[in-house]
Amino acid sequence: MSTATSNQNIATRPGPVGLAVHCKGVTKHFGKGDSKVLALRGVDLDIKYGELMMLVGPSGCGKTTLISVIAGILDRDAGECTVFGADFANLSGGARTKWRGANIGFVFQQFNLLPTLTAAENVAVPLMILGEGRHAAVKRAYDVLATVGLADRGKSLPSQLSGGQQQRVAIARALIHQPRLIVCDEPTSALDAVTGHTVMRLLKGVAMAQDRALVIVTHDARIFGFADRVASMNDGSVVSVGTPAELEAVHRH
Amino acid sequence: MTRVALQMLFGDKMKFFALIIGLTFSAMMIAQQASIFTGYAGRSGAWIRDTSQGDLWVIDPQMEVFIDQKRMTNTQLQRVRSVDGVAWATQVFSGFLNARLPDGTIQAVRVVGLDDATLMGGPPRMVHGTLADLRRDRGIIVNSNDLGNLLKPRRKPGSPELGVGDRLDINDNEVEIVGVYSKSAEFFWEPVVYTTFSRALTLAPPERKLTQFIMVKAQPGQDLAQLQSRINAATGLAAHTGAEFAWLTTRYILIQTGILINFGITIALGFVIGVLVSGLLLYSFVLENTKNFAALKAMGAGNLTLTTMVLVQAGAAGVIGFGLGVGVAGVTGLVISDSGSLAFQMSWHVPVFTGVAILICCCVAAVVSLGRVLRLELSQVFKA
Repeated sequence: MSTATSNQNIATRPGPVGLAVHCKGVTKHFGKGDSKVLALRGVDLDIKYGELMMLVGPSGCGKTTLISVIAGILDRDAGECTVFGADFANLSGGARTKWRGANIGFVFQQFNLLPTLTAAENVAVPLMILGEGRHAAVKRAYDVLATVGLADRGKSLPSQLSGGQQQRVAIARALIHQPRLIVCDEPTSALDAVTGHTVMRLLKGVAMAQDRALVIVTHDARIFGFADRVASMNDGSVVSVGTPAELEAVHRH
Repeated sequence: MTRVALQMLFGDKMKFFALIIGLTFSAMMIAQQASIFTGYAGRSGAWIRDTSQGDLWVIDPQMEVFIDQKRMTNTQLQRVRSVDGVAWATQVFSGFLNARLPDGTIQAVRVVGLDDATLMGGPPRMVHGTLADLRRDRGIIVNSNDLGNLLKPRRKPGSPELGVGDRLDINDNEVEIVGVYSKSAEFFWEPVVYTTFSRALTLAPPERKLTQFIMVKAQPGQDLAQLQSRINAATGLAAHTGAEFAWLTTRYILIQTGILINFGITIALGFVIGVLVSGLLLYSFVLENTKNFAALKAMGAGNLTLTTMVLVQAGAAGVIGFGLGVGVAGVTGLVISDSGSLAFQMSWHVPVFTGVAILICCCVAAVVSLGRVLRLELSQVFKA
């Protein structure tokens, strides 16, 4: 099943021109009564096509909650949030899962590779979820593994790969179905500095395209330079958005 | 995604083997106990099935089991013979008497007296001699297995086994073994000794009613059900086909001995073990894979896909556990039952019954686990 086919039944409306992701006044809380925590306090954030946006900020500031709302994993309480014009609030559970599968690729902090599947089979999983036959999906997985420099490791189990190689497999998995939005959660936090840079170069090199956007949540200041723009979050709000140079200047002052 | 589900299951070797061992043990326990139960139930009517020369058994209506000493007067035989559609009818004596073996061993035996003229109602297979040898003076025929067991002289160690030509006493009347027969294993253990009807009457204490059964052969083309009705109406007795009479006996034994409840408890225990083991281990497997299932869901796997995956995992474990369990039960049962001591009969009902029980185990396990998968907190994919 192609991405285009899987989108045919999803009602979308054009988002603001040139924006892949548009969030306005997004709020989200967890818990009830005295234990109620406001995780997002009216977040405004736009991500353009072809842009690599990094979300940075201290632990508990709402970065992960925001990408969860953007990816349709969590429901927002209030505000607007569209991804390529689609508003998850208007989609049923099944349609939302289907849309997410076709349009969003994920790179997780702990890779989340299935330990009993080979690297190629792991990479092929999103295609199989979309209905592609196993043989064709695994064949395509080898092509994508080649783009991340792991053509010869397709038959390896995750346990036989280094952390950097596992993350490259995870990147290949996030790309195989050609999603338009790629969401990465701390992609370099489990890696050393050199491997982290290699992974980021790869992400920027193979994942970026004019019709695609990349959102990366990170604490890792060593990779800020790879971003087109950086959104700083604090206490559930986006406090500033700018280029890495602008962010550095703000910090210098 | 079916293959992915199986790879997830087979890849976690410890859990997979524990799950298979649990289900195998459960299936084996259910299949083995059910087979032994079936074996005992089958043995309870074995003598009736072995005695298949007639079409109908006519008995006293109050008789509940074939060893019940509720006899009829021999005039009933004439009344049965006069019913329209009866080709022939013969009487059979059956009663428990004490035998004394040459070394003084006392053993209760069931003496079966066959119609002197026709010898109808005899054993299914002769090993030594012929049924007609019963017409010889003092003749009796004994079972080959009993000669090495309950009819073995055991008061004096080293006494030889009895055989054709040897003599013993039954109710203080001397008789001679003139033949040896073989038969199916029975629920009742007393040796069955065949003789003629008239000789059985000389062995047994005098009573007014001496006919235990009347064996009836229907005329060709007769409807058995209608013939049964006619016999019942004309004589006030109860006419049964062999299958009905065997079931009458089996039902009585199942109820009166508590065998049904006892085997039922063991089978239920096997089922409970299966549910608990498979439920806990599959749930534990799903619990350990929660993050993987969450990742799959985040990547677009819907509830139907995840449900199918869990069902495939539970089903695969169930099929393997069922196959191994029934296989092990069958092989061990057949090996042990070859010695004749184990009442083991794996009829087609047993694998079907076991399969349904294991299917229920797996369904319960899958439902318990599915609750976890379908209520996944998806945001945990972003947790370290």
